[in-house]
Amino acid sequence: MKKKESISKDVEYKMLNIEDTKYKTIITKKFENRKVWQIADPSLVASLIPGTVSKLYVNEGDKIIEGDKLLVIDAMKMKNTIKVPYSGVIRKVNVVEGQSIPKGYIMIELDIQLIKV
Amino acid sequence: MSLKSKTIELLKRREQAQSGGGEKAIEKQNAMGKMTARERVLALLDKDSFNEYDLFVEHEARDFDMNTKVLHGDGVIIGTGTIYGSPVCLFAQDFTVAGGSLGLSHARKITKIMDHALKLRIPLIGINDSGGARIQEGVNSLAGYGDIFFRNTLASGVIPQISVILGPCAGGAVYSPALTDFVFVVDNISKMFITGPEVIKTVLGEEISMEDLGGARVHAEITGNAHFFAATEQECFEQIKKLVTFIPWNNSRKALPFKPKEPKKEFNIETVVPGDPKQPYDVRNVIRAVADDSDFFEIYELWAQNIVIGFARMNGETVGFVCNQPMYLAGVLDVDSSDKAARFIRFCDAFNIPIITLVDLPGYLPGVDQEHAGVIRHGAKLLYAYSEASVPKVTVILRKAYGGGYIAMGSRHLRADFVFAWPSAEIAVMGPEGAANIIFKKEISEAEDPEKMRKLKVKEYKDRFANPYVAAAKGYIDTVIEPKETRRLLVHAISVSKDKTNTNPQKKHGIPPF
Repeated sequence: MKKKESISKDVEYKMLNIEDTKYKTIITKKFENRKVWQIADPSLVASLIPGTVSKLYVNEGDKIIEGDKLLVIDAMKMKNTIKVPYSGVIRKVNVVEGQSIPKGYIMIELDIQLIKV
Repeated sequence: MSLKSKTIELLKRREQAQSGGGEKAIEKQNAMGKMTARERVLALLDKDSFNEYDLFVEHEARDFDMNTKVLHGDGVIIGTGTIYGSPVCLFAQDFTVAGGSLGLSHARKITKIMDHALKLRIPLIGINDSGGARIQEGVNSLAGYGDIFFRNTLASGVIPQISVILGPCAGGAVYSPALTDFVFVVDNISKMFITGPEVIKTVLGEEISMEDLGGARVHAEITGNAHFFAATEQECFEQIKKLVTFIPWNNSRKALPFKPKEPKKEFNIETVVPGDPKQPYDVRNVIRAVADDSDFFEIYELWAQNIVIGFARMNGETVGFVCNQPMYLAGVLDVDSSDKAARFIRFCDAFNIPIITLVDLPGYLPGVDQEHAGVIRHGAKLLYAYSEASVPKVTVILRKAYGGGYIAMGSRHLRADFVFAWPSAEIAVMGPEGAANIIFKKEISEAEDPEKMRKLKVKEYKDRFANPYVAAAKGYIDTVIEPKETRRLLVHAISVSKDKTNTNPQKKHGIPPF
């Protein structure tokens, strides 16, 4: 069975720590490539799915109030209006109308001002 | 016209109908490195055992000039035959006929043979090689798929269902294999996906090849959609034939017994497992050291390798093995390994196959990705499957059995019939290091030499709990055995369990954490 990962002496064993005990074992690709958790930054507006920015409502420096429209993304045959969940100021706009964006793209950056308006 | 000339007429018609999509299409099929549907059927079944039905079925489509098109057999071959003498029902999609596309008549042929399989109570094998729905037939082809999925579901747990992916199998079509018990794929030939690369590119802008999206390796290693991976179609057929020898015809039978054979001498059970619980080894060599003829037929060899599942025989009778694999990820339980083992246990339980569990695990895999992927929900499947299973269940604890992992791996508490432990077994809430760090936290931190104190306390905990005798004293394990006694005791346990009865409460069906 050449095609399969052959289990021989030259496989690379590493150490895996489970509850303070280190076990000698093979680390699978899936485990090694797992997504490392990061704390979400609420001031960054990232795309949840890939799509196209079809309408942009804000410019840098604009004051925004919770619920204001930021932009519209065309994705999966739907026009998705993105509204801002906080009040603050637009620090940076990283997209233009008509731009295609991948998943997880930081489209707009905010300076959040947590004041009730 | 004499009977003879009528017979000649039949042979002529038969030859024509069996020509599939014609020479050109067959050449194209071969150029892709693929056998034709008919060649596949003949390669898989016993010589001269195949009987074909519905060879002369035609489609009834009228739209888009379909009325002028002749599609031999409507692009699918159905029939019955035998594998090593055991009967099977089978269908094989013929890619040379309109790309194996599924229209109403095509689907009716498939559902006919499925109904047959369920009625005759014999295994169903489906060879998939199809471009998908026949678009000219519109909603009729969707209806066809629905009729197939429905039958797959009803047949589940009654007859074994096997899917062989030997070409594209895309869109809704993938759900028939997904509903069956075993899926076989072949490198460079099998392609399975819900939405293809082109749609993904148009809608999402992501570019990926068919192979990287849903090739054989992807499904055998990453998604877990395919149970068996082969380099060639011929190897794939050998795998299917071997599988058929291990499983019964239906859920009221047992798999046919083989002549008992002792394990091969080269697998020495006394030297496979290192004494140090932190050292790895290949648990498959333990299986080979106890199984008839050292023959272990592994399922999901490339996916979730931290657990090993598959069939073997003990004293001639088919058994299912479920074993932690210390060689990969220290043999931990996680999302994928729980899914993998739970489904296998349910297959064994449905088809009267005793389950042997070999335990050696440090617990569950820690990590945000695991927690967020729902390890609670997936891990629960394993508890559910073991608890529900009423076939004979024999568990051997080889080394570590820590925490929730101890409970999940076929423990007494989940109704194991026999639980044996090797003298090297350590049954405890957690590993000695972790436990000592918690229990003796104060002593360690306040000691003059904390490291020395930690080592002392770890040893103290080890001496007290890292053995099988505490659990044996409570009756949670039945006996502590010498490693070399393992085969004898497994054979014995299975032979005395032949008429085992276990009942679950009356219910329509349980609600496992799918």
